[in-house]
Amino acid sequence: MNDAIATGAGAATAPASGRVHGKPRGMRLGRLRPFVPVAVLLLLCIGITLIAPNFLTRGNFVRLGISAAIPMVLACGMTFVILLGSIDLSTEGIVAVSAVALSLLVKNLVNDDDFGLWALPAPILLGAALGCVNGAVHVRLRIPSMIASLGVGFACIGIATVVLGGITVRIADPLIRDIALTRVLGIPLSVWTALGCILIAWLIQTYTRLGRWAYVLGGGEDIAKLSGIPVGRVRVAVYTLAGFFYGVGGILCVAQFGQSQALIAQGYLFSVITAVVVGGTALTGGEGGILNTIVGVLLVTVLGNGMILVGVPPYAQVGVQGALIIVAVALSTDRSRVRMVK
Amino acid sequence: MSAVLTLDAVNKSFGAVRALADVSIEIGRNEVVGLVGENGAGKSTLMKIFSGVYQPDSGRILHEGTPIVLRSPLDAARAGIGMVHQEQSLLLNISVAENIYLGREAAFIRMGAINWRAMHAAARRQLEKVNLDIDPARRADSLTFAERQMVELAKALVLEEETEGHIVVFLDEPTSVLEQAEIDILFSRVRALRGRASFVFVSHRIDEILELSDRVYVMKDGAVVAGMPAAEASEAALHRLMVGAGRRTEYYREDRQAACESRVVLAAKDLGCAGHYRHVDFELHAGEVLAIAGVIGSGREGVVRTLAGLLPHTEGRLELNGAAVAFRSPVDAVRAGVGYVPQERRVEGVVLPMSMAANITLPSLRRMSTWGVLGTGGERALAREWVKKLSIRPPNIDLPCGNFSGGNQQKIVLAKWIEAGVRVLILDHPTRGLDVGAKQDVYDLVRTVGEQGVAVLLTADTLEETIGLAHSILVMRDGAITQRFEATPGAKPAQLDLIRYMV
Repeated sequence: MNDAIATGAGAATAPASGRVHGKPRGMRLGRLRPFVPVAVLLLLCIGITLIAPNFLTRGNFVRLGISAAIPMVLACGMTFVILLGSIDLSTEGIVAVSAVALSLLVKNLVNDDDFGLWALPAPILLGAALGCVNGAVHVRLRIPSMIASLGVGFACIGIATVVLGGITVRIADPLIRDIALTRVLGIPLSVWTALGCILIAWLIQTYTRLGRWAYVLGGGEDIAKLSGIPVGRVRVAVYTLAGFFYGVGGILCVAQFGQSQALIAQGYLFSVITAVVVGGTALTGGEGGILNTIVGVLLVTVLGNGMILVGVPPYAQVGVQGALIIVAVALSTDRSRVRMVK
Repeated sequence: MSAVLTLDAVNKSFGAVRALADVSIEIGRNEVVGLVGENGAGKSTLMKIFSGVYQPDSGRILHEGTPIVLRSPLDAARAGIGMVHQEQSLLLNISVAENIYLGREAAFIRMGAINWRAMHAAARRQLEKVNLDIDPARRADSLTFAERQMVELAKALVLEEETEGHIVVFLDEPTSVLEQAEIDILFSRVRALRGRASFVFVSHRIDEILELSDRVYVMKDGAVVAGMPAAEASEAALHRLMVGAGRRTEYYREDRQAACESRVVLAAKDLGCAGHYRHVDFELHAGEVLAIAGVIGSGREGVVRTLAGLLPHTEGRLELNGAAVAFRSPVDAVRAGVGYVPQERRVEGVVLPMSMAANITLPSLRRMSTWGVLGTGGERALAREWVKKLSIRPPNIDLPCGNFSGGNQQKIVLAKWIEAGVRVLILDHPTRGLDVGAKQDVYDLVRTVGEQGVAVLLTADTLEETIGLAHSILVMRDGAITQRFEATPGAKPAQLDLIRYMV
């Protein structure tokens, strides 16, 4: 998508007569760049099917859906943050706090609470509140988002550890477990939840001022400021929104694993950032969006699933994921316009 | 004539630099006012006062006769003042409609959701005002430069619906990125829109100003030196007012301008770079100052960038000491002995948080160290020597570069390159943003450098500086050299001679 800028400028400067001015041209991938992730996903699916035909079974698709559900929900939040050109490293911490809160409020083996489904808003509100803290620290104290969110994330994991005293809480409420187990139309409720989150994120991205302003801030914060957009408030709101999705992710984690502990979300941060970036949302902000993220999450999930089906050793799988993020960034962003890479 | 907007005896200073001196301007109803002046004459400061970015130190702004205070661009918008900026201010990653209504989306929100259909319809109405038939849902990066300019104009005209009074639209160098045919379209639109707004057209191209404006103001050194109906003005008269009379030979140390050596250090032979410049020939001798004159878009920036290794040439030959060279990066240029003093001094010239001493030895570290270990004693001795030679103030070699004034930073940059043993120095607007005293220091430095046999290629802020400093001058227009001048002391060309080949 970045490339369209370069080609647009190129078209305007092409005439040799008259005044001369120029802009650097983009890489030769041209207008095809936005479709690279989709093409890679399709190729990956075809390749895996050729080696392991059982990839193309209904059962495997449901399995894919289940393992994609949590990263998808988290990535909905991360997408908006990255659209700003910022980053959020607090994901695992906020998910952990939300999960711990939920597990202690429903019927569990540690305390006597039993709020049942009435407890569900708690982790979501808690996630949003922590996201808000995240954004406020970043904006009010003028700390780079990477450091602000890293700090908040660690603080959250610390809180979860202290609250639980290092133990694991098993839940005993079947209604919560049902979120992962009950199927509607053959699809688990957790996958439906993820689909719902996608819809919410898409509506926010397309039809709300907040969503559009996320693009505006990523595209040029100085212009946004001159246009009277309250950039600080928008940033805080975006981090709050991300926290909301992390809260939902916390619920899904508890449902899926039937328990909670401080490190429940360990490993998700890396795969979520990978997914968002692989999908084509630029780390520099302003380009991409939730539809890209769907492709990115599927790519990461299919790759993981495929490696298991094909029989790649577990330790090599992480390495492949690392390689994937580098290749994806190399292909999906046009760096010819960027003067410096830090 | 009833004035919509009046500036009354406005002053604005930045430190010791007086950017606006007692400026008074009137903009009448349905009038196109032209504002000409050289770079640095104060045009941009004036615009920023009107757009609420800067507040005047003294003086008043009157809107329909009542004094107003503009504290932000929003205040300016409320007063009916719209801006079409030179460096285009559209966001390229969002749609045309979003750009037009950026920050004003509230009007289209129903129950929290943006009504895209309504916004697109409204945007289409704005685009009709400027007669631009494009889909408002298109991303701004898919538009040509001319279309983007029209969208900016349409965006400024949204003010019509928002303010009660008459609106004034400022066009800041709107033609600098446009082709002639596109300029014609822009002008016809502005003429067609005169019935509904006043325009202030800021440019350094006098022909365009005269073509479009009803009345013209001329600025020089922060002051309005003349105001007249365009019908009574001629290009020659405006040129004279713009550049002023008389030149101060002692200011540029012309007494120290020695004849250059016969040895050619750098030569360009039919040098070209697609989209930037073509057929550029010149010879730069040891000890010579060669200046390139030209307006924005003349191609001189491209030549400078090629010599600095930032824009590889695509045609012709570049020879350094008789051998063909091609700089693919600044590293190549520095290795070959070409030093670049960039105009963005604070960003590209010095490393602000590092000490003066460390900055001076930056390109010479190989020579300063043994087996990769830096001999700091040598570094400090060297820095002290330069402090003495160039009278850098304060003379504290451990002070971070960010704490020095602009003029002293420039001295540090020059010391750095001379220490690195460069044979060619490229000075890109070396006095931009410096006060008079600091400028003087830089002019002295240029002479010192020349005496040491270093060849200098210069692009200066003003023509006065170009002529004052140079041994010889190339004039460029539209990417090609249009004329060459010799500028030996006592026989310097006049500014008007140069301007004739610039525009």
